[in-house]
Amino acid sequence: MLKNRIIPCLDVKNGRVVKGINFVDLKDAGDPVEQAKIYSDGGADEICFLDITASNENRDTIYEVVEKTSKKCFVPLTVGGGVRSIEDINKLLKCGADKVSINTAAVQNSKVVIDSSKKFGSQCIVVAIDAKKNGKNWEIFTHGGRNSTGIDAIVYAKKMEEFGAGELLVTSMDRDGTQVGYDIELMSKISSRVNIPVIASGGVGNLDHLVEGIKLGKASAVLAASIFHYGKHSIKEAKEYLDSKGIPVRI
Amino acid sequence: MNVTIVDYKSGNISSVINSFKEVAQNKVKIEVTSDLNKIKSSDKVVLPGQGSFKSCIDALNKINGLVETLNVFAINNKKPLLGICVGLQMFADVGYEETETKGLGWISGKVTKIDNQNGKYKLPHIGWNEINIIKDSKILKDIKNKSHMYFVHSYEFLPNNKNAILATTNYSSNHVCAIETENIFGTQFHPEKSDKIGLKIIDNFINL
Repeated sequence: MLKNRIIPCLDVKNGRVVKGINFVDLKDAGDPVEQAKIYSDGGADEICFLDITASNENRDTIYEVVEKTSKKCFVPLTVGGGVRSIEDINKLLKCGADKVSINTAAVQNSKVVIDSSKKFGSQCIVVAIDAKKNGKNWEIFTHGGRNSTGIDAIVYAKKMEEFGAGELLVTSMDRDGTQVGYDIELMSKISSRVNIPVIASGGVGNLDHLVEGIKLGKASAVLAASIFHYGKHSIKEAKEYLDSKGIPVRI
Repeated sequence: MNVTIVDYKSGNISSVINSFKEVAQNKVKIEVTSDLNKIKSSDKVVLPGQGSFKSCIDALNKINGLVETLNVFAINNKKPLLGICVGLQMFADVGYEETETKGLGWISGKVTKIDNQNGKYKLPHIGWNEINIIKDSKILKDIKNKSHMYFVHSYEFLPNNKNAILATTNYSSNHVCAIETENIFGTQFHPEKSDKIGLKIIDNFINL
């Protein structure tokens, strides 16, 4: 039986982890490689790096991080943030990323999704959708949630599937950082409409939220950042909890 | 000993290279190349594969003499070869991804889309799934039944010779996820992405 995945996400800025795990025995708390290794040794089903480097001159730092991590972690590695072009995707894959998530670029130019999924295979193309509730619907936002687009999230999700995305990483901008739980309605609506896996993101504050994301949100995988940081919960705890709630996980 | 990972310019093989280097350390030489002479003289060959069946076959055919060299290596000389994901699928006679495409024809059978039961099962089949070991093999040495492996695929290999099947996994139905015929081995899952248990399979192949 296919297991639901737990994916810890690390925000990386200028090659350093911004939040992250804060263990006393950690040699260098800002080192993304060391943090990713702790997660993969702890049973993470996948590792996600979100590059939030703002300045262009430091954009290349992520490549070095990915290269070093892929030599230490032997679980899938997804990298997103600032991916604009086929060339960016190619570079990340060459450095050892297994999947690349495309956000703003996919909205601005859907050809990137079509071309990259043809060139590299759908299996490594994740389209990241940032959505905000607007009345009865959800609207897509770009540039880290700053710019509205007027595009309906559900329609867009379906379109990205047709264009060749292998997975959708759906983040509720209303919930992101609030720790009150995923936007279940958004997750389940998108998940029911598409035939590709949905990764739920944005708003996890406790382990029950992970359960809800899978059971009610119908997500194939759950992504979380802060609950795994500072040692609040370990991956192992999360998996044991999901298992106790009858959710199939890899233990 | 040296192991050659065939780099035929299709898909992303960084993870395969990293994992083999991790397992081999400095004891075994890992070569990454499409050089025909190097492939001929190597002890073992790894055939990775990402993207579609058609795109991988096309990429193999683009390198003059590569298919013939692989044929001699695996079929005439019977040296150990491991296919991963589409690398395994290409062993078949024919694949139906994108369009009907002739395979290497090493293990008789075809590659078809997983039946998603009218959308009941999402495709690709992405994530960790248990393998059901149905036959002992050197490549599965010390791998426990029901071990988790990492999968990413929408197509499955249906071999005619059921004796070739080492393990299956269940997604929509039971499908083949590990095969062996004499010197030819293949996994539908990605051992290079399946954590320590996956690295053990790579270790088993290197130590055949």
